[in-house]
Amino acid sequence: MTHDALIIGAGHNGLVAACYLARAGLKVLVVEKNDWIGGAAVSRELFPGFTYSNCSYVSSLFRPEIMRDLELPKHGLQILPYEGGAMFTEDGGYLGMFRDHEANRREIARHSRRDAEAYDRYSRDILRNCRLIRPMLMRRPPDLASFAPRDLMELAWLGKQITGQSEAQIYDMLRFWTMSIADFLDEYFESPVVKAYQAVGSIIGTALGPMSPGTAYVLLHHAMGDVDGNVGSWGYSRGGMGGITKALTASLRAAGGEIVTGSGVSRILVQNGRAVGVALENGNEHRAKRVISNMDVRRTFLKHVEEKELPGEFVHRVQRFKTRGSSGKLNIALDGLPKFTALPEGAPNIKGDMHFTDTIEKMELAYDDWKAGHYSRDPFQDMMIPTLIDPTMTPPGKHFMSCFVQYAPPKIEGRDWTDADRDGFRDACLNQIERYAPGFKSLVLHCEVRTPRELEAEVGLTEGNIFQGELTFDQMFFNRPVPGYANYRSPIKDLWLCGSSTHPGGGVMGAPGRNAAAEVLRDMKMPAKDMSDAYAIV
Amino acid sequence: MPSFDTIVIGAGPNGLAAAYRLASKGASVLVLEAAAQAGGGAGLAHLSYNLDPRVEKAMGLAAHGLDWVARDLATTVLSPDGRHLRLRGAGVEGDLPDADRKAWAALRGRLLRFAAVLGPLNQMAPPRIAKGVGNPLWQLAKIGLKARMMGAKDFRELGRILLTNVFDLLDDELSDPRLKGALAFDAVMGGWAGPRSPNSVLPWLVRLSGQVAGVQGALGLPKGGMAALGAAMVRAVEAKGVTVRCNARVARILVEGERVTGVALEGGEEVRAARVVASVAPKTTLLSLVGARHLDAGLVTRARHQKARGGAAKLHLTLKGLPDFRGADPKDRLVIAGSDHDVERAFNPVKYGRVPDRPALEIVIPTAHEPGADGKHRLSIVAQFAPHAPADREGARKAMLAACLAQLEAQAPGIGAMIESAEIWMPYDIEDRFGLPGGQWHAGELSVEQMLFLRPLPGIAQYRGPVAGLWLASAGCHPGGGVSGSAGWNAALAMEGAK
Repeated sequence: MTHDALIIGAGHNGLVAACYLARAGLKVLVVEKNDWIGGAAVSRELFPGFTYSNCSYVSSLFRPEIMRDLELPKHGLQILPYEGGAMFTEDGGYLGMFRDHEANRREIARHSRRDAEAYDRYSRDILRNCRLIRPMLMRRPPDLASFAPRDLMELAWLGKQITGQSEAQIYDMLRFWTMSIADFLDEYFESPVVKAYQAVGSIIGTALGPMSPGTAYVLLHHAMGDVDGNVGSWGYSRGGMGGITKALTASLRAAGGEIVTGSGVSRILVQNGRAVGVALENGNEHRAKRVISNMDVRRTFLKHVEEKELPGEFVHRVQRFKTRGSSGKLNIALDGLPKFTALPEGAPNIKGDMHFTDTIEKMELAYDDWKAGHYSRDPFQDMMIPTLIDPTMTPPGKHFMSCFVQYAPPKIEGRDWTDADRDGFRDACLNQIERYAPGFKSLVLHCEVRTPRELEAEVGLTEGNIFQGELTFDQMFFNRPVPGYANYRSPIKDLWLCGSSTHPGGGVMGAPGRNAAAEVLRDMKMPAKDMSDAYAIV
Repeated sequence: MPSFDTIVIGAGPNGLAAAYRLASKGASVLVLEAAAQAGGGAGLAHLSYNLDPRVEKAMGLAAHGLDWVARDLATTVLSPDGRHLRLRGAGVEGDLPDADRKAWAALRGRLLRFAAVLGPLNQMAPPRIAKGVGNPLWQLAKIGLKARMMGAKDFRELGRILLTNVFDLLDDELSDPRLKGALAFDAVMGGWAGPRSPNSVLPWLVRLSGQVAGVQGALGLPKGGMAALGAAMVRAVEAKGVTVRCNARVARILVEGERVTGVALEGGEEVRAARVVASVAPKTTLLSLVGARHLDAGLVTRARHQKARGGAAKLHLTLKGLPDFRGADPKDRLVIAGSDHDVERAFNPVKYGRVPDRPALEIVIPTAHEPGADGKHRLSIVAQFAPHAPADREGARKAMLAACLAQLEAQAPGIGAMIESAEIWMPYDIEDRFGLPGGQWHAGELSVEQMLFLRPLPGIAQYRGPVAGLWLASAGCHPGGGVSGSAGWNAALAMEGAK
């Protein structure tokens, strides 16, 4: 049987694309190499009775338009907003964050009165930039070198977005998009811990330090999402991040789509320059009128397509597409709740994201280790205990702790990770937490350690890069993944990309999958059924 | 004392270029220089790479004594095992894989093409991103058209690399660490960023848009050194009737009724003029000379935050004889950079205000070209990176000197014993000597968020100052530093247009 569309990879973007296409009436098949569905948005029981969000761990970026279009709440998706967070300081104190602007302001004033005032200005400026960037997420970037009417109109639209602001705002925006977060924060704040907390979102997932230009934009990438319309808020998916892909799966099945798990693609079948299906590792072949790859661009073209099918220049660029992993993860089953000595009894901050690198310099030093090909000795951690909000993940009284860690290089001093490296990496993280929560280590029942090596092997992210490619300007917007191919298409007819390697990039956002589906339907001259445009921020 | 209608503060290349242009249009111009000698930053640089051809020609610098001992200096990349590479134009001498030789020629060609396309921007006031503000639309369209005429492939490539980092750009095409190291070092010269910092390619393109005697991307050594270039400019302005007063440090720019009325010198003397052209760093101009009370509060905050971190130290050595860098031609520009990783490692500690163990060095030996009567040799060295605000200045200075000497000794064994005198200027020494905030060569970092219409600050990027009668014309303005005179010339053109 020939399907209308075959999607490789049942991660969130593959499923989003599949859902939209199935709803438009196409016969859709998704093939997945693992025995489970979800890619990096997954819940897995890796220790009896404990559900882990063992890859991605929080939600905010997932586009609300997609949730609504695909009726995900009806199919079981529930996002639970979480409470603020804390940055612990070396001197035994902390900076807390809350869900309420005024509460944050009061807390910042505890560290610096001036900074509390600057916080109003800062929040306003960040929101303004979010407002600008959000409409760009759900559009196909133009090709700069093309004279096609659609590209020219897209450029004109872009120009209008930018010139719709005042001259001073345009300059502020251009500075913000090119600056380092360290320099940007220096213009607002004086307290080191306030700066360190605000810098968190600017380095997550990137192979850059807070002093690297371009990191202010990355902050935006993490601030432009929302939970129930609260821009910049983050939440947990009930039952772990797999809740998102479970709901997508249900939505897909309701629309008549199919999923086959348990065997990876060995090769994308190409005949006369057209993709016609895939051959799986188990020997099965599936035919389709078009193949849409949710794998990253390097995996897709360098591993599953023969080089002779591609133009040399394209291969050259894909080979040089940067996918250097920068992060690792610890997933921990806890026998009870750790006690963080700095936090007062009952402080809500424990329900949010917690960190231990209390200055920009410490975060930057952690990055210097990565550049030298080593995991950070004093790592940056984004640590949380989702079970304080969502108790469904563990037995009563027990907890699941998720620690996202930077930096972890794809190779250790040029060689592969060994188990000893992995243990050293784990200990650096656990010991750091123990310093702020004495007795924490004795609560650990099970600890899953994931370095870029494990991320690549299990999820298929090349070099363990969680964004399927670094989010630097040369790989963003019309440059993502490769200049001239930011339109979700490829040099091979009927072979498409829908993963985070494409615009607008990584995070559990769903926008690449949605945009790819929109392009497919456009080429087929079919109406994009149930597909909303980007919501503005009100 | 004759009266002047225009006062130029600072007799550096930009101040002199502006003075010349204004005088040639009939203005009576007084140039006030704080130092004992005119020339400004020309006394800091040791090579010429971007002297503005408009300035060179109009001021007749050749007639006023500018001559070159080398118009296109070759570079020898030093290697401790004696396997030096010699770069000359697109060619490389030495043992280098053929693939690298070809790739470098192609990459260099592409970068020079991109730089040439962007080059015309250096010779105009930055456009404003707004409608109906009198942007030179035709000129801008021509630049855009030229860029597109490079072809789709190059045009897309320009769009890709514009804000990327040098380290990856080089690593994508080249394999030899020596070559990558030297090029990475060239790219980050004068900046406060390592080769792995995003946005490090654009400043390199700006550098490559310069030229020496008509050859783009060349390095020139004037006869008598860079100071001779400054001296030729002084002679040119004086021949045009401009008065240049040295040892005249401006303490304040006088503002009355929201207009500039002149300047007050240290010591109290006041000189009146309806127009003041500040060719000192914008940060100094706004915060110290004009003062916050005459400025909009937002502008003051921005001026305070304008980034001016110098990352380079300057080292001067006098040697008993000519050192031997394992057979390298002493007339070349000598570069000690190690690898691309080494250059990045030399930047790491500077981020935290510390001194690197192995700074990268650019060495020029003027006496190899023009021997002194005493038979001694002088080495002029730029060392990167150096902290601009270490906790212990004296300690950092000592550590930096020791680190530089160790680097030299490794490449030229025995050089240490030949040293008669050594003087190192840390960024903070450069600040004291040349009045450059943070010791920043470009009078404000030439980083992407401080370029074009964002330089020195948004709103005052078209050379017109924030107070009526005040104009900005320093390296802190577009297009930035080097001994070019471009900013001064552009500023003078803007003043003409304002009439």
